[in-house]
Amino acid sequence: MSQVHNSNVPNYYVPHQSKWPIIATVAVVAFIYGIASMLYSSKIGEASATPSWIMLFGLGLTVYMLYGWFSNVVQESQSGLYSPQLDKSFRLGMAWFIFSEVMFFAAFFGVLLYVRTLSIPWLGGEGAKGVSNLLWPNFTAHWPLLNTPDPELFPGPSATIPAWQIPFLNTVILVTSSFTLTLAHHALKKDERNKCTLWLLTTVILGIIFLGFQVFEYQEAYNHLQLTLSSGIYGSTFFLLTGFHGAHVTIGTIMLAVILVRIMKGHFSKQKHFGFEAAAWYWHFVDVVWLLLFTFVYVI
Amino acid sequence: MNETTSISTKEVDTPTTEHHAHPTGISRWLYTTNHKDIGSLYLIFSFVMLFIGGGMAFMIRAELFQPGLQFIEPEFFNQMTTMHGLIMVFGVVMPAFVGLANWMVPLMIGAPDMALPRMNNWSFWIMPFAFSILLSTLFMEGGGPNFGWTFYAPLSTTYAPPSTTFFIFGVHLMGLSSIMGAINIITTILNMRAPGMTLMKMPMFVWTWLITAFLLIAVMPVLAGAVTMMLMDIHFGTSFFNAAGGGDPVLFQHIFWFFGHPEVYIMILPAFGVVSQIIPAFARKPLFGYKSMVYATASIAILSFIVWAHHMFTVGLPAVAELFFMYSTMLIAIPTGVKVFNWVSTMFRGSMTFEAPMLFSVAFVVLFTIGGLSGLMLSIAPADFQYHDTYFVVAHFHYVLVPGAIFGIMAAVYYWMPKWSGFMYNEPLAKLHFWLSFIGLNLTFFPMHFLGLAGMPRRIPDYALQFADFNMITSVGAFLFGTTQLLFLYIVIQCARGKGEPAPQRPWEGAEGLEWSIPSPAPLHTFDTPPKVD
Repeated sequence: MSQVHNSNVPNYYVPHQSKWPIIATVAVVAFIYGIASMLYSSKIGEASATPSWIMLFGLGLTVYMLYGWFSNVVQESQSGLYSPQLDKSFRLGMAWFIFSEVMFFAAFFGVLLYVRTLSIPWLGGEGAKGVSNLLWPNFTAHWPLLNTPDPELFPGPSATIPAWQIPFLNTVILVTSSFTLTLAHHALKKDERNKCTLWLLTTVILGIIFLGFQVFEYQEAYNHLQLTLSSGIYGSTFFLLTGFHGAHVTIGTIMLAVILVRIMKGHFSKQKHFGFEAAAWYWHFVDVVWLLLFTFVYVI
Repeated sequence: MNETTSISTKEVDTPTTEHHAHPTGISRWLYTTNHKDIGSLYLIFSFVMLFIGGGMAFMIRAELFQPGLQFIEPEFFNQMTTMHGLIMVFGVVMPAFVGLANWMVPLMIGAPDMALPRMNNWSFWIMPFAFSILLSTLFMEGGGPNFGWTFYAPLSTTYAPPSTTFFIFGVHLMGLSSIMGAINIITTILNMRAPGMTLMKMPMFVWTWLITAFLLIAVMPVLAGAVTMMLMDIHFGTSFFNAAGGGDPVLFQHIFWFFGHPEVYIMILPAFGVVSQIIPAFARKPLFGYKSMVYATASIAILSFIVWAHHMFTVGLPAVAELFFMYSTMLIAIPTGVKVFNWVSTMFRGSMTFEAPMLFSVAFVVLFTIGGLSGLMLSIAPADFQYHDTYFVVAHFHYVLVPGAIFGIMAAVYYWMPKWSGFMYNEPLAKLHFWLSFIGLNLTFFPMHFLGLAGMPRRIPDYALQFADFNMITSVGAFLFGTTQLLFLYIVIQCARGKGEPAPQRPWEGAEGLEWSIPSPAPLHTFDTPPKVD
């Protein structure tokens, strides 16, 4: 049991059994089922504590699973089981995962584009479908949509978040963080550990500052601008896009923080540090999404 | 964390010593990382769902046997049509093809396993949970999803039953499973091919799955986005699909079909691949026009992204959009025609024999073409104003899905089952299964064309008297087709239990490919060292 066959790295390491995937299944299903039950019981008006316990159990198990599964993979990698071919599998897997994320955001940007260029002008009486607007004949199309077709159901926001204040600051912060992350990567490739730690720490802090500003902006929107999820399509698209982006920044920050801890523990080498690179790819992706978001949600 | 460490150390320490041990019991299936075991799990799951979805079709056809309401309430009828569609699409056809990919792609490209074996296990085990959640909605207050498998807003938002929340999260779970499965397949194909197997030497089944996996990764996230917005409209007061707040219900249809159209190719491309393996084997000739087959598959996939609104011709699109989507849809007939031409040319002057896989494949070519041609009729926007939401549409998509996707799966099962189980299936019974299925499905779906052209709308529990005769024929055909699948179940179980002739390494004389270079049944681990392909 104890001999390690490092002298003979397998062509392609295939773990023969693993308990992590089934734990992951139970964790994710419990988490999602808990959330669904919470929403369902609030919808039918039967409050109960059980769903939130299921959700918390799922969340706890997810954290345990992520820790255990990744530790397992890190150990395998450190004991030299991974051939360059396997490394490429991880790279391809991560790249295609990011592509799936691109499509996820593409759907939401598509919604924004459709609403702004097609359906709101149609509601306002323009174009081929404009004549069909009989329900709200007094509605005039404009963007940002401050007056919704039915202000009783969906009272519009009093104003929107100005682009060139906090959002612009956040743009500077995120772009800077992409640079500091690249500096950390270059330092790692030269095996300058302290420099790498410092730049990576800067990146994580910038990510946290970004998130702090976002929280502040959301509070502004809800408390002073009446810009909420239910303030019509402007609020809907605004919170959908910035909210999912914020969630991704949160995940990216956690990923980078984990990598930071691993760097400090002495993991990775000059040549092999895919964990670092994967987190970095993800961070750059989140950065690019923000640039599009800043342009299409805030500026234009 | 002690337990974690000890288990991980064990796994780290014994990559080769226990590599060939055969795990047994329930843990074999729960902890497996083996592509063959996971492939079998997918196929078994899909088979179980086939009978559940088929049971729902039985109820639909029993209700429609005669005019008037006889067995079930209209509300429940709506739930049956919705769940039948969802289960057949997401629970039968997709997992069956993923199961075939799991079993066959590593064998066909000479890989030791899938590229990411643990994630493979995760992708599978999410499925039974997701479908349990989906099926449980039927027993909730207000019933299960009743808005059709396309879940158009506002039927699925403002007017939806409360259980829709579970439906939404069920779709999220399925999507998670599909995306991970697709990432695994695409990575396997791009990274795990044996030395010498260049892209243009890959078997067609592998090619079609490469393209299918790309489509899955591209559109499943869009579906996730669509159901997320539904969830927010239902629970968090947003107005994505509500015009009162400046949104648009038609927007939902655009997003859904941007996912939905590539989705229908996700269900058919792997079947193209299967048939492209089987026809050359039983015609004892190489596939005619391999390269054009690859390019045609890729063209179909690319075109699938720009045709979605042909499902929406009657919602009031601007004329320019109607024209664009009409012409782009018609373009798809060209690469599809190339494929049909190639299959026919492969058979031309071949020394053909008609074992069960070949029977299903030949029927596929003929009947899928009928479904394709009715699709061409539907693509004509002005004509679609007449056909839209009638039984003609139901006839069309059942002709591409049943003798298309389902026959593709059955052909694949008969073709590769000897390799999986090590035994030949019962050929006379399989032929009987084919002929009964063939007669049953044509009896079921062909009269639907006439019903649709005469104006019978889809998704209704009752109909006008003049539609009675064809509906009765359709129901009889459906019962025949459905019960025949019990025969299929029997044949598969007998073969899996080893009741039959032992299968040689290559049971089909004309079959080519790496999967026939290993013993039957395929050992648990194959190609630990990659074979050389020239």
